[in-house]
Amino acid sequence: MLWYTGKRLLQMIPVFFGATFLIYFMVFSLPGDPIAALYGDRTPSPGVIAQIRAQYYLDQPLLVQYFHYMVGFLQGDLGTTYSGRPVADVMASAFPVTARLAMLALLFEAVAGILVGLIAGLRKGKFFDTSALVVSLLLISVPTFVIGFVMQFVFGVQLGWARTTVSGEAPLNELILPALVLASVSFAYIVRLTRASVSDNLNADFVRTATAKGLSRPRVVTVHVLRNSLVPVVTFLGVDLGSLMVGAIVTEGIFNINGVGGTVYKAIKLGEGPTVVSFIAVMVVIFVLANLLVDLLYAALDPRIRYAK
Amino acid sequence: MPSNSPIGQTHYVAALEDTPVAAVDRLDESQKARSTWADAWDSMRRRPAFWISSALILLIVVVALFPSLFTQVAPDTCDLGNSNDGPAAGHPLGFTRQGCDVYSRIVFGTQASVTVGLLATMLVTLFGVIIGALAGFYGGWIDAFVSRIGDIFFAVPTVLGAIVLMSVLPARTPVTIAVVLSIFAWPQIARIMRGAVLSARNSDYVTASIALGVSNFKILLRHVIPNSLAPVIVIATVSLGTFIVAEATLSFLGIGLGSDVMSWGNDIGQAQTSIRTNPQVLLYPAAALSVTVLSFLMLGDVLRDALDPAARARR
Amino acid sequence: MTQLANEDLYQTVPESTRPLLEIRDLEVGFQTQHGLVPAVRGVSLTLHEGQTLAIVGESGSGKTTTAQAIINLLAGTGKVTAGEILFEGRDLTKLSAKEIQDVRGRLIGYVPQDPMSNLNPVWNIGYQVEEAIKANNVAQGKEARKRTIEVLQEAGLSDAADRLKQYPHQFSGGMRQRVLIGIGLSARPKLLIADEPTSALDVTVQRQILDHLATLTRDYGTSVLFITHDLGLAAERAEQLVVMYKGKIVESGPSKEILANPQHPYTQRLVAAAPSLASRRIQAKKNPQADAEKIYSEGSLDTGLIARASRRESAAPDRDLISVQGVTKVYRIRKGGFRSDELLAVNDVSFGVKKGTTTAIVGESGSGKSTVAKLILQLEGITSGKIEFDGQDVAGLKGAELLKFRRRVQPVFQDPYGSLDPQYNVGNTIAEPLLAHKVGTAKERQARVLELLDQVSLPSATRFRYPSELSGGQRQRIAVARALALKPDVLVLDEAVSALDVLVQGQILNLLTELQAELDLTYLFITHDLAVVRLVADNVCVMKKGQIVEAATTDEVFDNPRELYTQELLSAIPGGNFEFGR
Repeated sequence: MLWYTGKRLLQMIPVFFGATFLIYFMVFSLPGDPIAALYGDRTPSPGVIAQIRAQYYLDQPLLVQYFHYMVGFLQGDLGTTYSGRPVADVMASAFPVTARLAMLALLFEAVAGILVGLIAGLRKGKFFDTSALVVSLLLISVPTFVIGFVMQFVFGVQLGWARTTVSGEAPLNELILPALVLASVSFAYIVRLTRASVSDNLNADFVRTATAKGLSRPRVVTVHVLRNSLVPVVTFLGVDLGSLMVGAIVTEGIFNINGVGGTVYKAIKLGEGPTVVSFIAVMVVIFVLANLLVDLLYAALDPRIRYAK
Repeated sequence: MPSNSPIGQTHYVAALEDTPVAAVDRLDESQKARSTWADAWDSMRRRPAFWISSALILLIVVVALFPSLFTQVAPDTCDLGNSNDGPAAGHPLGFTRQGCDVYSRIVFGTQASVTVGLLATMLVTLFGVIIGALAGFYGGWIDAFVSRIGDIFFAVPTVLGAIVLMSVLPARTPVTIAVVLSIFAWPQIARIMRGAVLSARNSDYVTASIALGVSNFKILLRHVIPNSLAPVIVIATVSLGTFIVAEATLSFLGIGLGSDVMSWGNDIGQAQTSIRTNPQVLLYPAAALSVTVLSFLMLGDVLRDALDPAARARR
Repeated sequence: MTQLANEDLYQTVPESTRPLLEIRDLEVGFQTQHGLVPAVRGVSLTLHEGQTLAIVGESGSGKTTTAQAIINLLAGTGKVTAGEILFEGRDLTKLSAKEIQDVRGRLIGYVPQDPMSNLNPVWNIGYQVEEAIKANNVAQGKEARKRTIEVLQEAGLSDAADRLKQYPHQFSGGMRQRVLIGIGLSARPKLLIADEPTSALDVTVQRQILDHLATLTRDYGTSVLFITHDLGLAAERAEQLVVMYKGKIVESGPSKEILANPQHPYTQRLVAAAPSLASRRIQAKKNPQADAEKIYSEGSLDTGLIARASRRESAAPDRDLISVQGVTKVYRIRKGGFRSDELLAVNDVSFGVKKGTTTAIVGESGSGKSTVAKLILQLEGITSGKIEFDGQDVAGLKGAELLKFRRRVQPVFQDPYGSLDPQYNVGNTIAEPLLAHKVGTAKERQARVLELLDQVSLPSATRFRYPSELSGGQRQRIAVARALALKPDVLVLDEAVSALDVLVQGQILNLLTELQAELDLTYLFITHDLAVVRLVADNVCVMKKGQIVEAATTDEVFDNPRELYTQELLSAIPGGNFEFGR
């Protein structure tokens, strides 16, 4: 396990630098003036331009620019927003809100998704299975922001069960509705994945052997079928974190949540390029780190990975 | 104890007429010959989902190519006097806040979504298949190099990367969106292709071809790639739907297609202001988009069942 | 009769000879798209306490389905549609889910076929054994852990206590099979169902495990129901035989009697084709009667093979067509980072093959026999040594020279399901080497394909078929036809008949021998199965751990093996030392 962790950490390093460089490269090496591109229609004053040129070392070669950016990044200087506030400061206040929302959403999609997928897989071809498949297909084909609007309209406006916008501190109870919206698409994918995996495992030789041992059906299902089906689901969660981040931008925008996603949403809407780029760079780093965690979790679940050299 | 039952130590022999012995391993010539693709087609055409999704996709493509066949109303002649009005004669779905005909805008918006979806899928598949095939087949440093590059692109979630690129790109047409999305989405197809190629390359039929004296490149073209395409076709079909959703999301955020391009994403984004008073303005284009995505997802499911022998065995 | 001794056990039961297991007119079917497909049709059998009974049959005969129906392990849509399964007088088909769960493990143990897939990869070995012990209430708590170690030790894992925390992938196939046997016997069941318990293992391991299983079941007084495709193994391990064919029992009774005096035409074929038995039979019975000849004509082994082989041997020229001199192959296994291990797959191997003869390379898994095949085929480079073909050093052949070599040396691989491209029809598959070497016009190639199909006894319409529509034996014929397309001198047959049912295997061996005589071919026959070697080879090289431990003519190796390892291999052939009426 130690060996595996070390290997994963080592493999992460080039990905970390590569991904951040990719974003940096996209913004600063495109033809045309990056400052004009970042600021869109609004031309900043010559003073601001000069300050930015100095800040990003725009007179130097791209690699030097990136080097300086990375040095700052590693020291905790994550860049500045359009209005000049350090991104790190905004992060500090916005991140806990988003973390709460994401945790709630993850909890929902994992628990409900695995449960529904398990039941569907066990009752393949029956009514529950067919309905679960149809519902999951529908959820995947409707974009998150449409689900968000509809849920906001139905539960917030018409039924009055929830607040349409979330207040500044974003308490947990107000986050339930946004979390459901955020979780919806991933929930659908997890249902489908768990279902397929459960029905595969049900036909596995080791499950038949477990039955032949004289184990009870619930024990066979939980200890041998469900346990083994978790492995692909966990792998999926890592990849899915990316869509969860995009979903957070959309959902926090719709419900006016002051989290990381909401900040990015507003910055995009207002055309504040530097804010968008700085935040997304941080999100990508979080994505890379979270995937490392998921890889370790994967190894914890599957001994074949753990002991692989 | 019945006399003919094989019980205890007695030597029992079944009556010959009950257990006729067939010739060993004779070819059954009564069945028609069929390739794996013919098999897949056979399993697909039995499924209603295949016909429903294909019919819908055909309809959507026709609408995208010839929108004026489906409506006489121009989508861009809007009368503010009709703002948020309900259905009227010749305007079955009512009007937007700007007083434009909702139905006509949906019909004319089809093209943008379908273009983004198709183009991005084509680019991703082409790039992913070539890269994945080379990496899987030749292995060694090519594989190592390409896989590490893929890891880096994979580390930037598609829509996040697209947000960054789109917010600095001056031109925002369906083509630019398709290109931007495929820049970040190709590693998925490349990974799947690489895995499929690796398993095909290690198969006995490839080893046999090498020993027969068939050249490497011909083996790649004739045996390895045709046998690796099935999973790619499935994923490509499904991702066509997800590209359409991604475009809509970008347009909703205001950095997708330019506001002058007619698209479902733009219309849904603009409709959010009137959702409380006039929710159907949002729901109709959203429904059009979802039906399109659903068609491709359904087709992907059918293809997966037809092309994946394991999935076939499960049914 | 053995069961008479057990009579006093049945004092409470009026019928003093009540069997342990009695199956009456069992019918099992599988629900498919095309309706109910019967898999077992009217099977009846009886097993008494302390007895061992073997169900023998080829794939698709319904033998496994019958066994699984007993404790209701049928997969998916399988269902018992008629008949009774009486276990100690209780009809198991009528039990509730809860009741049958109580029978499984505790009264009837089960040892499955494939040790690789039958242990859950995510749980450690100790957990999976302990689970069975607890579920059957053999012991609980600390006792259960103690019992787990005992069970594994009894199954032959001497260091069981240290290995409890290990996972299945850290065990070899033989070790895993021991674990599965331990699980099957952990609750001391009255009946053990063993479904091909050793067919995935090397012969020497197979023998050890079966011996061990026999000792355990004898000590516990457990009855055993063996499921096997191997007639020799069945005869050796069971007093009672039940031969199944297409879902029905064709013959049953005492093993010795059936083998000595098979009555049903199918059983007769099976006995005639079993290499382990037949190799002796051929020598014993030089003049088969005319009517027997007719019965054996399909699938049984041609009695002329050996005579022809000896004729060839005497006529063989002096020079070796293939000459392998001190060949060594070292694989580098990357261990992540910059470290790597060296694996000595082939170690200083030398042998020669004369034109028109068959040389067999025999060994167990990991012996390096398949690597030798790859080296000769120029699919891998040698590390040191020299391989000569027709007097020419083949190492480093390139371009046209390599093509020329490939034209003369062709392979046939083991897995008939993997060696043909599923997307190519048979005609294109056979024509591929012709196309690759640019031989003839399209029309001439077509004619050659038809000729080749005829040579491997397949109808010409086969050329339009795809591999998925053909049986294993038919695919292997196609692979042979493809290999013959360029009129090569040498065929390298890498386990070419190992995956086939015994009757089909017999057919292919006959075909290969006929072709050899007809086309003056030289065979290099790679196999793990010594019994087959006797029938086809002129010379044998026995390999172990990358080295040739013994090389001699077939007769010498079989009649007078010099090395201990060869003797072990020979004595491990199931049924090889089975005595039956001559």
